[in-house]
Amino acid sequence: MTTSTDNAPAQWWLQCQRAAAARFAALPMPGRQDPNWRFAGAPDADLASYQPAAGLGEAEREQALAASDNAFATAGGAVFGNEQLLSFTAADDALAKQGVIFEPLTVALARHPDLLQKHFMSQPVALGSEKFAALHRANCNHGILLYVPAKVRITLPLTAWHWLAGDRQAVFPHTLIIAEAGSEVTFADFYRSLGTAPGLAVSVTDLLVGAGARVTYLGCQDWNEQVRSCHLNAISVGRDAGAKTLNCNLGGASARVESHSRLTGVGARSEMLGLSVGHGAQEFDQRTRQDHRAPRTWSDLLYKNILNHRAKAVFAGLIKVAPGAPQTDAYQTNRNLLLSDEAEADSMPGLEIANDDVKCSHGATTGQIDPEALFYLLQRGIPRHEADYLLAVGFTEEVLARFGHDPINTRLRAMIADKFRRGKRRQVGPADDAAAGSANARHPQHPV
Amino acid sequence: MSRIEIRNLHASVAGREILQGLNLVLPWGEVHALMGPNGSGKSTLSKVMAGHPDYAVTAGEVLLDGENILAMEPDERARKGLFMAFQYPSEIPGVTIANFIRAALQARLPEGGELDAVEFYQTLYQKMDELEMDRAFTARAVNDGFSGGEKKRNEILQMAMLNPAYAVLDETDSGLDIDALRIVADGVNRLRGPHLGALVITHYQRLLNYIVPDHVHVMVQGRIVRSGGKELALELEARGYDWIIKEAGLTVTPEPADGAAR
Repeated sequence: MTTSTDNAPAQWWLQCQRAAAARFAALPMPGRQDPNWRFAGAPDADLASYQPAAGLGEAEREQALAASDNAFATAGGAVFGNEQLLSFTAADDALAKQGVIFEPLTVALARHPDLLQKHFMSQPVALGSEKFAALHRANCNHGILLYVPAKVRITLPLTAWHWLAGDRQAVFPHTLIIAEAGSEVTFADFYRSLGTAPGLAVSVTDLLVGAGARVTYLGCQDWNEQVRSCHLNAISVGRDAGAKTLNCNLGGASARVESHSRLTGVGARSEMLGLSVGHGAQEFDQRTRQDHRAPRTWSDLLYKNILNHRAKAVFAGLIKVAPGAPQTDAYQTNRNLLLSDEAEADSMPGLEIANDDVKCSHGATTGQIDPEALFYLLQRGIPRHEADYLLAVGFTEEVLARFGHDPINTRLRAMIADKFRRGKRRQVGPADDAAAGSANARHPQHPV
Repeated sequence: MSRIEIRNLHASVAGREILQGLNLVLPWGEVHALMGPNGSGKSTLSKVMAGHPDYAVTAGEVLLDGENILAMEPDERARKGLFMAFQYPSEIPGVTIANFIRAALQARLPEGGELDAVEFYQTLYQKMDELEMDRAFTARAVNDGFSGGEKKRNEILQMAMLNPAYAVLDETDSGLDIDALRIVADGVNRLRGPHLGALVITHYQRLLNYIVPDHVHVMVQGRIVRSGGKELALELEARGYDWIIKEAGLTVTPEPADGAAR
């Protein structure tokens, strides 16, 4: 550990960034012919039109800070805006005395280079966004390091709010959580915009869950509806450890999520949840992997999408069981609720099993609101729009119940309700719809 | 004027005519039983009154306090005061009973009105206690994983909370054991009075031992063929339906059960 307080990045870090920039330049832009990008829109070759974000003005800083409202008690938190740290609430002294490290990356680079050298992006990106991982590595300077020593249990969640503002700005938020043996921690990332300008966000959250540790994670993507985003979430789960992750998509013009669980220790468990609410011409592209590499490992995935108007969701998931992972239990479910005839859901569940001592299942369903359920609500006097809303919100509850963290769920419910309200306003008149359509024509809808 | 009046109602489902010129008057403040063999169209009548989209009305009127409700959307009919207790209530995953009933009550308030949450829960708990429902049910999703008896109690709970002017209870006794039947019937009886008109649809007389009707109507092949006092139900129990079908000049060839056209 170094005692330097100089925040200038170390040489090794700059070298990694330069190497990543070279990788980014060398890697081809993924195309629809790539199996990892099937059903996704054609990639955007125009990444150069985005500028690395350059801070926020005073008014925007105030606005971001005021809106970074967890509405639940936390053990620590950070607020970032356009690649600036706007505020930081350290973990309390008791946790610090136990060895908990909760630091912005800029500080951690100076104080804990060993941890970062060992773990920063140590889990390879393998679900199609290698080029964007390189872009992130080349540009990332901000984010969070959270290190929880063995047997330390942090009962309250920690959070990070990541804000994006300004025209064609790009941000690269990073969260690295290292939970040592027997520790426990809950963390939530919130990704949001100020204003409605187009932007680019490539975020990475890596969770390293040591033997017997428990990590609960929420990634809540609520950028504005002109932002293209790519969120790469790697989860490595050790012996008898458990990870529970929920990746939400509410905002974004096109948002890609890759969530990759690697069950590396005997008895490891990973519960992978997804919840997306889309309207207008939003596109959500979700790629998941349940990688069973050790015996007696368990994973259960549930991704639910609610799509209105012309919104589109892709779900492609693979359960992969290694020869050395007998007695694996692995389940995968994708459910889509379409609220309009134009909405589209493409589902590609998959299994790749290399031993015969496993219990696996996968399934996908896509449907509209159950007409009998709707009639039941109408018969009670509930107006059509309210009935649709109640049924759609009801569809989300299964995921929230599985996530099971009440304070975070309460916050999420409010954000989901807000998203549905935005959708309702969209439906108000054809003029509004036409305006949305022309905006979409200027910014074609597909993942970057 | 305070009554539901059904005039010459014809309705079909999937091109098959089920209601064939039905006439019925249900005055406010009375409880009428609607009986009939399977396939006579009893459940169809309840669905048509409530406005189920699968049923096409080809002729006739349903007047609620003098106003024809057939052109109204189902939710508007409900807010006019028409309640239907379903034979097979839908499961609504993720929507709690409390939120569901609150939304239904909220829909009855004037624009901008807000329900008093404390008062709401007080009333809800009181009605649940009366129906011997565990208060924990408020946080459960509507009918999700409920037993048959729990579903029917939940229907009566909603009826008690919404306080309708008219209620159609569709085979509320089906699938109930005797204890559940008593609880559900007590629930209906508590709501009886000058401010409720109820049409109790049942295949069996058993329910009418508990909910004693003011009048009994017998429906066969989409029409009311006989009306009488409560003793008519006992006569049907003793003699079956065949004699009444023959007296109506119809042939005894039961059509597929109501459930088939559900």
